[in-house]
Amino acid sequence: MTKIGIPRALFYFYYYPLWRAFFKDLGLEVVLSPPTNKAILDDGVRSTLSEACLPVKVFFGHTAALAEQVDYLFVPRISRVEAKAYICPKFMGLPDMLKARLERLPPLIDTVVDAGRDGDRRSCWEDCLREAGGIFTRDKQLTDRSMEAAMQAQRRFKKRLTAGMLLTDALEDNKVSEAAAASHPQRKLKIGLLGHPYNLYDPYSSMNLIKKLDALGASVVTPESLTDKEIDDEAAKLPKRMFWTLGKRMLASALIFCRSIRLDGLIYLTSFGCGPEALVEELVARWAKQRNDLPLITLTIDEHTGEAGMVTRLEAFTEMIKRRPKA
Amino acid sequence: MKLTYPHMGSLYIVIRALLTNLGLELILPPPTTRRTVELGVRHSPEFACFPFKLNVGNYLEAKELGADTILMAGGVGPCRFGYYAQVQRQILDDLGVEMQMVVLEPPDVSFNEVKDKIRCLIGDLSWWQAVKAARFAWCKARAVDAVEEKILRLRPRVKEQHKLERSFRQALQEIDAALDRGTVQRVTSGFLKRMDMMPRHKAEPLRVGLVGEIFTILEPFANYDMERRLGFLGVEVTRSIWLSAWINEHLLGGLLRVRHECLNDQRLAAPYLNSFVGGHGKETVGCTVGFAQRNYDGVIQLAPLTCMPEIVANSVFPAVSRDYRIPLLTFYLDELSGEAGIQTRLEAFIDLIAACSRNRKDVL
Repeated sequence: MTKIGIPRALFYFYYYPLWRAFFKDLGLEVVLSPPTNKAILDDGVRSTLSEACLPVKVFFGHTAALAEQVDYLFVPRISRVEAKAYICPKFMGLPDMLKARLERLPPLIDTVVDAGRDGDRRSCWEDCLREAGGIFTRDKQLTDRSMEAAMQAQRRFKKRLTAGMLLTDALEDNKVSEAAAASHPQRKLKIGLLGHPYNLYDPYSSMNLIKKLDALGASVVTPESLTDKEIDDEAAKLPKRMFWTLGKRMLASALIFCRSIRLDGLIYLTSFGCGPEALVEELVARWAKQRNDLPLITLTIDEHTGEAGMVTRLEAFTEMIKRRPKA
Repeated sequence: MKLTYPHMGSLYIVIRALLTNLGLELILPPPTTRRTVELGVRHSPEFACFPFKLNVGNYLEAKELGADTILMAGGVGPCRFGYYAQVQRQILDDLGVEMQMVVLEPPDVSFNEVKDKIRCLIGDLSWWQAVKAARFAWCKARAVDAVEEKILRLRPRVKEQHKLERSFRQALQEIDAALDRGTVQRVTSGFLKRMDMMPRHKAEPLRVGLVGEIFTILEPFANYDMERRLGFLGVEVTRSIWLSAWINEHLLGGLLRVRHECLNDQRLAAPYLNSFVGGHGKETVGCTVGFAQRNYDGVIQLAPLTCMPEIVANSVFPAVSRDYRIPLLTFYLDELSGEAGIQTRLEAFIDLIAACSRNRKDVL
């Protein structure tokens, strides 16, 4: 059976259900790289530019880990997954960066995902997958059937997220029912957690941030629990249209968090050298400041981040929240 | 309304010609200095790119001189420049600095957005007068480019380098002060003639191409005077980005015929970077290949620290360097770059390409 490799990094955290269902239905064996570990990160750091951000380095590590085991690697060139909004220049150049810097790569499936100026969230992936499917089969009906299955899987994934399930649980297609997973015990503190999913949910990169918060008695609310419509409606209120998809999610969620939900604090996790975040995080921090009673802490991670430093800052932050007088 | 705009190299000359002729009152920020940087860095996000911080410094210094309205450009991504103005406005608000911001950017919905903004700036001036002002500004852009191109060629060749620098600065001042097109042309041709008569060295200098992000290439303060440093080290620099070519391409839609350094950059970049990546990422790769094909001795890339498109471009450099056997050097610049470090790296690079170039000649 032909093996297709999917690196467990970057947009794996958003679209894995879609990709897995599609390639499985086409009759391919989907090989996922192991969860991030020290060897993978070290590999990534060695093969990338030092100026690249942590998630890109992690992605390189995962690609290298898969390279020898698979016949093809799925690295779509993700430009726009919704109309008029980009992800980030690094996503657009990812296949080229891999080819220039890694040796002995299997053939890359680098079909383009571009919603252009008037495409939508569904059609851009249909175009990409149809083209990718064309590499493996000439059977148009099979491709269409696989596409349908893929879209269904992705819808199910989204539904589980908005039902309040944590992304990692929703991603591992385990048998836990939505209701059971969503009803995690409510802690004393409720904290809004902002950050790109590939940082937040990679336990190695984020050093188990969510579990650590749980142990400190805080439950988290993440942007993933908001629907696309909520995000779009909120983002439409911005004075200028935000042209980064992830930046838009962060800004809109921050606005929603600041306004509607009763939160005790905000944590913003960014990676060192993330371009869009430099501006987005600044705006969020300034808005949070305007609302006097919402403390915000920014945690910046890179390959040198020490766990002890992170723990100390989290402890200090939660202690501070617990002890401040309630308004 | 007292209008101001941030600095980018000699761009101020061109914009000043345009706006003064539109009947607007201008207060330019003083030339960028260490103080500008300190002001900008203090109030800007830590990881914003260097141009962002210099902009903020420029605004604050212009405010001290009495400016009340900022003219700024924008964009629609994916480069961060498009969102500069939004964050900068928030920063100024939070500082309690009362300044209006007029942001000119590609229209999101219809062209009328741009038209309205321009109307709001120029009042009831006729469009014909606006076109006349634009033509005058264009004439100055061409003049500035002609003078700068000459200086890049002559720096490594003439014997009296400091005299050259003096006349260069003077020529720029005279172009800036000129009130009509005749004077601009006279100043330019006079400068070019005088410079051609300066005594020169006999040896042919090494040739290096300069590629990268537009602001760091055009603004000598941001690139720590890279062009002059190279010139004094005996290297002829060829820039990949020229003000007039850039204006023609991005603002006039390629209306005029301007000699452009790297005409085929899109096609040349394709084997290495086959996608638009925002900013000047693709041009950087294309121009680098172009310089390599024309047998340049080396290429230097300039970019602000954390610049996304240039990081992508830089990432594919190993493949270009391997295929064309050309030495490439990248500088990421920000407020913490040290002059001595830059000088040392440049000297080492020049030594290296000089050796490479000798080796190649021996083979031939």
